[in-house]
Amino acid sequence: MGDTVRDVDRSLYDFRYDEDDFYRIESGLTKDIVLRIAKEKNDPAWMRDFRLKSLEIYNRSQVPQWGPPIDGLDMDHIATYVRPNTGMKGSWDEVPDDIKNTFEKLGIPQAERESLAGVGAQYDSELVYHNLQKEVAEQGVIYTDLESALVGEYKDMVKEHFMKLVPPTDHKFAALHGAVWSGGSFVYVPKGVKVEIPLQSYFRLNAKGAGQFEHTLIIVDEGADLHFIEGCSAPKYNEANLHAGCVELYVRKNARLRYSTIENWSKNMYNLNTKRALVEEGARMEWISGSFGSHTSYLYPTTILKGDGGHCEFTGITFAGEGQNLDTGAKMIHVGKKTSSYINSKSISKSGGVSTYRSSIQIMKTAKGAKSSVDCASLMLDSRSRSDTIPAMDVRTSDADVGHEAKIGRISDEAVFYLMSRGISEAEARAMIVSGFASPVSKELPLEYAAEMNNLIKLEMENT
Amino acid sequence: MAKTILDVKKLSAGIADAEDAQILHEVSLKVKDGETHVLMGPNGAGKSTLAHTLMGNPAYEVLSGKITFAGEDITDYSADKRAKLGMFLSFQNPLEVPGLSMETFLRNAIREKTGQPLKIFSFKKELEAAMEVLQMDASYAARDLNVGFSGGEKKKAEILQLLMMKPKLAILDETDSGLDVDAVRTVSEGIREYQKNQQGALLIVTHSTRILDALHVDYTHILVKGHLMKTGDGSLVEEVNRHGFEKYIEEEVKKWETR
Repeated sequence: MGDTVRDVDRSLYDFRYDEDDFYRIESGLTKDIVLRIAKEKNDPAWMRDFRLKSLEIYNRSQVPQWGPPIDGLDMDHIATYVRPNTGMKGSWDEVPDDIKNTFEKLGIPQAERESLAGVGAQYDSELVYHNLQKEVAEQGVIYTDLESALVGEYKDMVKEHFMKLVPPTDHKFAALHGAVWSGGSFVYVPKGVKVEIPLQSYFRLNAKGAGQFEHTLIIVDEGADLHFIEGCSAPKYNEANLHAGCVELYVRKNARLRYSTIENWSKNMYNLNTKRALVEEGARMEWISGSFGSHTSYLYPTTILKGDGGHCEFTGITFAGEGQNLDTGAKMIHVGKKTSSYINSKSISKSGGVSTYRSSIQIMKTAKGAKSSVDCASLMLDSRSRSDTIPAMDVRTSDADVGHEAKIGRISDEAVFYLMSRGISEAEARAMIVSGFASPVSKELPLEYAAEMNNLIKLEMENT
Repeated sequence: MAKTILDVKKLSAGIADAEDAQILHEVSLKVKDGETHVLMGPNGAGKSTLAHTLMGNPAYEVLSGKITFAGEDITDYSADKRAKLGMFLSFQNPLEVPGLSMETFLRNAIREKTGQPLKIFSFKKELEAAMEVLQMDASYAARDLNVGFSGGEKKKAEILQLLMMKPKLAILDETDSGLDVDAVRTVSEGIREYQKNQQGALLIVTHSTRILDALHVDYTHILVKGHLMKTGDGSLVEEVNRHGFEKYIEEEVKKWETR
């Protein structure tokens, strides 16, 4: 049986438009550039100072040495700020055609019409579209671009929370983010408000040799409930692109937040993204994470279970094809009593792709009666591919209940024959096995993403 | 007169990509539409090899000979092509496919086989009826294919697929092994249902006879060390039941010595 499994067909995402009339800051990173970004964006003084301080931290911190190589990334050649030739619009009709076409092709306006309560669309460094359904706005839900939030009604709340969960001192790329961040969303769900349908932000990096540094800040107040979806994609260029976004999620007492994301970057992308959630008493955090594209990824959503009885579930899938090195996983930090966490991770590697599952479970002394369980499974589609599992556990209580299960496997020829003996072609049989392997994750995804994921897998299995 | 559905001519086969791995030696047999054949033999005779070679398992390699099915030379066909022509194999050890529900799988398989869009309503009704014959709980349709099924449940799931796929010829590989008395009865019930509804032909591979008690058998073949030693009618089953395979094993040894 030949290897009929090919890389994920990215042609759907590989269209791009010129950015001739866009404002593009020159490549590299200097104090002057950071100041100009601050000026362009009309930062309040504290934010400008924050950027400069972050730049200092960036300059003195080291590139991490423990993960996949990122030598291909040269900050002198990354443009940190590319502003499209439009301001932010509240109607798709006003968005310039090339940009609108991009989002049309990605199905964003359609998804908004059919199944979303609100949508934000970012093109390169700035949001170009933002809209929230009236009913949701009337519930007091705030969903805007972060720039507006910085100077609007909720500016104090933004200042109080911005980069407090992920401080610039965290690592070099968090510092970079602090210095040059642009775009992203601010969401506030007031106490007791349940948002019935999801909100979605979509980030599209169109410009070549550029970086995207959007910042997502979500606060779900006591007893409130929100599902937030993020999607990302970019066309392929030969030059390296960089994504160093930052996501900070605050889940207050007895609140619930589900945060679903599909990162489908092109294969020249260095995806060095930092995501963190703070979970208060009795609250619940759910991460759904799909990592498909990018050249190299470092992605470990972290949850701090601070309040007693907090709960977090992480469900993730990573698909590493040719030339990809995806280092993904999750981190759980148990602080409160009787906190619980569950990690369910799947990875698929093929055509020489490398996927590494890296996780860390920390049970602090205060976390009496904490529970944590990790389930990770890898599927290698050929003998050239690689799959590693690096789970770390640091347990400082005597009564913690911690479990870990890891499985690494291949598609068995017998299973393929079994399905074929029922009239299913070899390619289809392999696709069914891979989709089945991915199903614990895909069934948690919003329908259109689940369908997209299964289609991608199927297409690739059929392409020979 | 019934037409020949399966015609195996001097089939020699063995494990693929291995030396001195020949298992079957010039096996010939013919199955006509609607006939029930039984293939018996001691452990290691090559019964499963024959079943899998007929279905096109790439783990086995045809060294010489020819397999004709429904008038087509299928010797080099892949398993899915054979299935589309109407061949079915019930596995001795059905594989588990996590994340693929039995119902989704069946729908896909039927769609692929027929090349037609599926009529969901009649499919559902048929599935329900078939599951009832096999005394399977309706919840099995939503469960992942064979995952966590007991030995008996797996065999029932195989017969369920048989009833839904409606092949012209079903090869049952040790379907009764590992089943308790009640499960054997239920599975036989399912097989009779297939005979009745489809007038389907059967090649039942077994080394016991329990599953045959309730079935009418047209022909019996005895395979020893890859050689087809004898073909007889249904009464041969009874004879094997009483005397075992001893006689045929001795014969096979003699045959070998005289060569």
